[in-house]
Amino acid sequence: MESLSDIQITQIRKDFPILSTKVYGKPIVYFDNGATTQKPRVVIDAISEFYRGKNSSVHRGVHFLSEKSTEAYEQARETIRHFINAGSTNEIIFTSGATGSINAIAFSFGEKYIKSGDEILISGMEHHSNIVPWQMLCERKNASLKIFPFNRNGELDIEKFTGSFTEKTRIVAFTHVSNTLGTINPVKEMIRLAHQHNVPVLIDGAQAIQHGNIDVLELDCDFYAFSGHKVYGPNGIGVLYGKEKWLEELPPYQGGGDMVDNVTFEKTTYNVLPYKYEAGTTNYVGAIGLKTALDYISSIGIDKIARYEKSLLYYATEKLNSIDGLKIFGTAVNKISIISFLLDNIHHYDAGLVLDKLGIAVRTGNHCNQPVMDYYGIPGTLRASLVFYNTREEVDRLYEGLLKVKKMFS
Amino acid sequence: MTIKETQDNIINEFEIFNDWLDKYDYLINLGNDLPMIDPKYRTEEYIINGCQSKVWLRADLQDGKIIFTADSDAIITKGIISLLIRVLSNRGPEEVMNSDLYFIDSIGLRENLSPTRANGLLAMTKKMKLYALAYYTMQKKG
Repeated sequence: MESLSDIQITQIRKDFPILSTKVYGKPIVYFDNGATTQKPRVVIDAISEFYRGKNSSVHRGVHFLSEKSTEAYEQARETIRHFINAGSTNEIIFTSGATGSINAIAFSFGEKYIKSGDEILISGMEHHSNIVPWQMLCERKNASLKIFPFNRNGELDIEKFTGSFTEKTRIVAFTHVSNTLGTINPVKEMIRLAHQHNVPVLIDGAQAIQHGNIDVLELDCDFYAFSGHKVYGPNGIGVLYGKEKWLEELPPYQGGGDMVDNVTFEKTTYNVLPYKYEAGTTNYVGAIGLKTALDYISSIGIDKIARYEKSLLYYATEKLNSIDGLKIFGTAVNKISIISFLLDNIHHYDAGLVLDKLGIAVRTGNHCNQPVMDYYGIPGTLRASLVFYNTREEVDRLYEGLLKVKKMFS
Repeated sequence: MTIKETQDNIINEFEIFNDWLDKYDYLINLGNDLPMIDPKYRTEEYIINGCQSKVWLRADLQDGKIIFTADSDAIITKGIISLLIRVLSNRGPEEVMNSDLYFIDSIGLRENLSPTRANGLLAMTKKMKLYALAYYTMQKKG
């Protein structure tokens, strides 16, 4: 199976202007891709060109620019539909990000279907963004949040998951890929199990969309949420995929411009899908930037990217494991190129400060994932999250940097 | 020695380091040497929570002077704490209250006191001055 060659990676790196910057006089090693990914030149240019030549509010006018802008916005929707293999563009809602998408469903679904005493089921490895909106819903509706656990390797306990359903379970939400542990969860099987109980499923795809092929039809998920900025697109744009039948049934999340059909002081009727969920002037420039990013990814091939990243993960895991006293958190068999770790008893913040001065950007802290830290009894970790523009040489620099850290703090 | 003189001494000491890692080495040494806060005070009551590292701070008034003791779970943070204690501890409340801490900037550690670092240090300097204000008010009344 085909991966990306070193020559291709060298070329790809040239597509990302920021990768040639230096920090403290050293070429930057950017291993904080789990937080946000860098942007290829085509995305930066697309945004700039749009503002230069096409900018106008979408769906609002008869004039030339508005027409151009609307066309580009709807093309973006179609590109996203195709990228995740949704059945219809009515199922693609633009939001502010994965967090925005999850909040929208927690609100809309909650308003319609959650009553006092109902249960919402989530996993123990969720990002705060897939915990707090449900907690808020539970508080509003006097419902309860149920958690199913994961094991020491960072794999979800499917047996416990299956056993968690009761007749009061109304919706289940879990992550496709853990942002801290890197685990790829068996979402397809889990969705099938949830559907056996007639419970709809929301998948947080924030860490999955950039690492492999997503097919929402095949997964059969009811909702899928992801952010543009984690898949090489701009900030402030995200996607909520929802099955049309759900999106038709649920009430809108926010009210305002573009989501209405007819407004009087007595009664407002709502616009059709997908506009019903897009109140206010949408981030159409973000949507166009995201479309450009997905086109770029498709031109390289998401499967090739996934294979290259897997080989990088194996290389980095082996290299880091060869350091005496280094412990990796998240050792699932099926994982993406995210490595959370600690070195000896060195505080993650101390290690991160030294790596920074060596030009290496990693994330330190709890990664908006406090319950996972509590499970392992640690205050935080260092997290190296690698993507397809990273190289083995950069992994070597992290390795050398960690040896230096070890020496300084011993 | 005044607060200003102590700060100027620290600035002089840091001038010999031309590499960032040397500065960190020095801070690590200071951090390791810092007498730890009495473990009984390493509690929620004395904690200053940062997202990245935790800081515990206590202030006692002894013979009209404030004695600061502090601790952190991160060593470099502890090293910086040790400098702050050297500058501000064992002084009268009024002096601490009116102090202008410029040495952090001069030795190039400002980023460590930035709100974005969330390591508890910025909140710590604020809290040190609040303790000073509280003791000052107490002395005035007393």
